[in-house]
Amino acid sequence: MEKIYEEIKINKIKINEKNILSRNVKGAFNKLKSAKVCILGLGGLGSNAAVLLARAGIGYLKLVDFDIVEASNLNRQQYRIADINMKKTEALKNIIEEINPFVKVEILDIKVDEKNLHLAVKDTDIIIEAFDNAETKAMLIGELLSTNKEENIREKKDEFAKNLVNKSQSNNTYTNLMNKKKIVISASGMAGLGSSNEIQTKKINKNFYLIGDFYSDYEEFTGIMSTRVMLCAAHQANLVLRIILGEEKENE
Amino acid sequence: MAKINGKIENIKDINLLDYLEKNNYKISRIAVEYNGNIIKKSDFHKITLKDEDKVEIVCFVGGG
Repeated sequence: MEKIYEEIKINKIKINEKNILSRNVKGAFNKLKSAKVCILGLGGLGSNAAVLLARAGIGYLKLVDFDIVEASNLNRQQYRIADINMKKTEALKNIIEEINPFVKVEILDIKVDEKNLHLAVKDTDIIIEAFDNAETKAMLIGELLSTNKEENIREKKDEFAKNLVNKSQSNNTYTNLMNKKKIVISASGMAGLGSSNEIQTKKINKNFYLIGDFYSDYEEFTGIMSTRVMLCAAHQANLVLRIILGEEKENE
Repeated sequence: MAKINGKIENIKDINLLDYLEKNNYKISRIAVEYNGNIIKKSDFHKITLKDEDKVEIVCFVGGG
């Protein structure tokens, strides 16, 4: 569906969405505006990735975190002095509104666990895993991307239906609709001060990407800096853009 | 012969959970892809590794 550029007035200044996005790559607007991204955890990874996606003109962001902003967050997270003691969800929503007010932001103040995870990611297509805890990262992948037997059977039926549709060549967006499983972009390994070039994007399978140096645990390397966390967040956000704009090929 | 993280290993009828524990993986910090499917932690013990199986084990570290 064709999206229309919006215009609003802030402090008597006219702000046009088209102007904000005028240096973006061509043909990105509609696809980005239709995209729904969920960010789980609003620390160094999540707050930075959210701002990058807001600047790109993403249509919808669901921001999930239970925590409040502390002074110790400021070395690597998007928050400011004035945000200290605020909920991270609310502080980040304000920051995004000041950068690109045309992004629809929904906030959810919960600590994600096995039970509420599916509700947290509901109605979004791509999930940025931005937790700091290794156990929570692992839990998310198991819960969200595992296939149970019923799903296997349903997928086979879908495959059959898809083949029928392909044969009748009725519409080429069908493949995406059939791929019900969400795409998770996870990150692991960004502590210490290793080389920037160690940070990589690795495709585990068509629904699961992993970003990081894959070894530098926060507790072993004592210390985590803005630079390497931002590198990971930028990998995550760039991958979101590439997936939405069709630059990531399914079978590569 | 099963392929685990790209390496061929001589494995015969061993339970996935036992294999992971024997090889010192931290069960709570890993994601396992078994023949193309991600497996829930609570289902590790239900899988018996056999010939021709392909297993990818992703180990997470903390920080974010």
